[in-house]
Amino acid sequence: MIVSAVSSIADAPEWATRLRELGFIEGEPVAVLRRGQPGGEPLAVRVGVSTFALRKAEAACVRVRPAAEGR
Amino acid sequence: MSTAVPVDMSHLAPPLVALVGNPNCGKTALFNLLTGSRQKVANYAGVTVERKEGVLRTRSGRRLAVLDLPGTYSLVPHSPDEQVTCDVLSGRLQGERRPDMIIAVVDATHLPRQLRLVLGLIRMGLPVVVALNMTDLARARGFEVDAAKLSRELGVPVVSTVAVKARGAEALLAELEQGVAKDVALRIPAQAVAAAAGDPREDHRRVREILTALGLDALQAHTFTMRADQLLLNPVLGPVVLVALLFLIFQAVFAWAEAPMGWIEAATGAVGDLVGGLLPEGLLRSLLVDGIVAGLGGVLVFLPQIVILFFFILLLEESGYLPRAAFLLDRLMGGVGLSGRSFIPLLSSFACAIPGIMATRTIQNPRDRWVTIMIAPLMTCSARLPVYALLIGAFIPAREVAGGLELQGLVLFALYIAGIVSAIAIAWLVKHFGARDRTQTLMMELPDYHWPSMRNIAIGLWQRVMIFLRRVGGIILALTVLLWFLATFPAPPEGAAGPAIEYSFAGMLGSFMLPLFEPLGFNWQIAISLVPGMAAREVAVSALGTVYALSATGDDTAEALAPLIAASWGLPTALSLLAWFVFAPQCLSTLATVRRETGGWRAPLLMAGYLFGLAWLASFATFRIASSCCS
Repeated sequence: MIVSAVSSIADAPEWATRLRELGFIEGEPVAVLRRGQPGGEPLAVRVGVSTFALRKAEAACVRVRPAAEGR
Repeated sequence: MSTAVPVDMSHLAPPLVALVGNPNCGKTALFNLLTGSRQKVANYAGVTVERKEGVLRTRSGRRLAVLDLPGTYSLVPHSPDEQVTCDVLSGRLQGERRPDMIIAVVDATHLPRQLRLVLGLIRMGLPVVVALNMTDLARARGFEVDAAKLSRELGVPVVSTVAVKARGAEALLAELEQGVAKDVALRIPAQAVAAAAGDPREDHRRVREILTALGLDALQAHTFTMRADQLLLNPVLGPVVLVALLFLIFQAVFAWAEAPMGWIEAATGAVGDLVGGLLPEGLLRSLLVDGIVAGLGGVLVFLPQIVILFFFILLLEESGYLPRAAFLLDRLMGGVGLSGRSFIPLLSSFACAIPGIMATRTIQNPRDRWVTIMIAPLMTCSARLPVYALLIGAFIPAREVAGGLELQGLVLFALYIAGIVSAIAIAWLVKHFGARDRTQTLMMELPDYHWPSMRNIAIGLWQRVMIFLRRVGGIILALTVLLWFLATFPAPPEGAAGPAIEYSFAGMLGSFMLPLFEPLGFNWQIAISLVPGMAAREVAVSALGTVYALSATGDDTAEALAPLIAASWGLPTALSLLAWFVFAPQCLSTLATVRRETGGWRAPLLMAGYLFGLAWLASFATFRIASSCCS
């Protein structure tokens, strides 16, 4: 998967900036490695060569598209 | 005196070099390498962010002050830590001077994100040297970063370093020697910081160009980390491994510490005997033996447990496992409004709340950290054990109940559970009725695993031990002397019949407080013993011994005291006192630690208030219920 867009939620407008700073930038490859239990939260997400634990709400701010579509 | 000759102050304050980098980039390891043990650890004024400064000497003998700034992902601060880093770099933090130079520490195995920060740092207008760290790990993963080429692309010097080895430090020192000479602005406006922070997307484009130029555009993730996480973050096996690890740590804290704790107790006794033998019977001897030696010995005895606990915590932190533990426990702790990061501090508090509260520094969210500190004293620390042992031994019959369980052990277990359940309840109450926090942010990096460096663990351990010992030598010593004073003066009048402590200030305080404690079933002896018991819970045992006019000390007291109190108190009183010790904040060292860690009196006062309130209510309820059942 590839990041297609990064947004914020109304409650936390700084999330988009932060996610981008961590490497969730449009065009970067991402993959969900693991989900915590119970409730499938948090998610262990790999972006580039780094891995981050994200809550569902945070991960929802990162829109993705299949890598096959190209850039 | 009035000859106004302009004095050159520059020789007094050596040039300041700041280490800046992402979290987990090996910045602190590099700092340890550069400054060795010549470090000062404190807090930044007004915030609970740890400030580490050290001194190094370049080859020409020039002294440089090195500041290890908190790790940051960008120049747009999202946490108190990152705020400090940004404010120091822009010269905007009160009481801190702006650094003369920046060492941008870059983890060679995670270049893209790290180089974006470097671009921002260069825009801050300070001289920058890039320390290209972990080049050995990069090589092991099959790629080489060309420092000279990177230097040309960035336009600043780049030095290859391996933070855990001395290699590279020399080259870095040579660059520092040349770099710090320039003049820089003392303070830059906030807008300039925002401008320097830049847009991550543009920096990302620039970094991609740089990486392409270096032939590094297809970086691979760490294979070992990926494989290890398959197991360690597995929904079923992950928690199993975590529980096994925690069990091992707990065993070690109690089993390994037993022998050294015995030595410390023996040494305390020997020193007490030695001093006691040298001095004539009198006030000075009483102060030294009963006050200082016994008082400090009673606190020092927990040092082995603290060392062992911190050894494991540092080991988990260094290896990269700690964030995984937080990941696994995040949901569980989330149920009561905390995050996974609160788990380790709370676990530590079972040994002693002081290292537990110190360990809350790993929690970035200020609210989570605050709640964790507040509930840490509810975890049954080992200082409560002597009190529990005395009361359970004296009042709970040693017999088996259903299923072959031992009644005494069951009561002890129930006391531990009572603490945990009330901690959960408090955290839940804060979550539901406290100030509504905005949506909580996790966004926690799960760094690559790597072998912990024993050197870094040793330095970290040394710093924790020194913090503890300084406290023992400072506030705990002062309080011990104060309590000795209260329990000794004024001396009983001639021909007084009762024990001396009854006539002392502590005795007066005890009888003054009696109306408060009578509803709980406490007699005046208990009330008095609670006064010296403020210093540390277990002191209440020896204080009770003193009050009951026994001459023995320490363990003998507990044995001789048990039948005595069993004869003079009712069961409801004993149960009520047990309930009291589950909650009562009877540990001034803990409150002093809370004050230090939160940087004010608000938190310790609030903590003392709510814990005393809870203790009183719990004791009152216990006493009333037990009384009505027994009659």
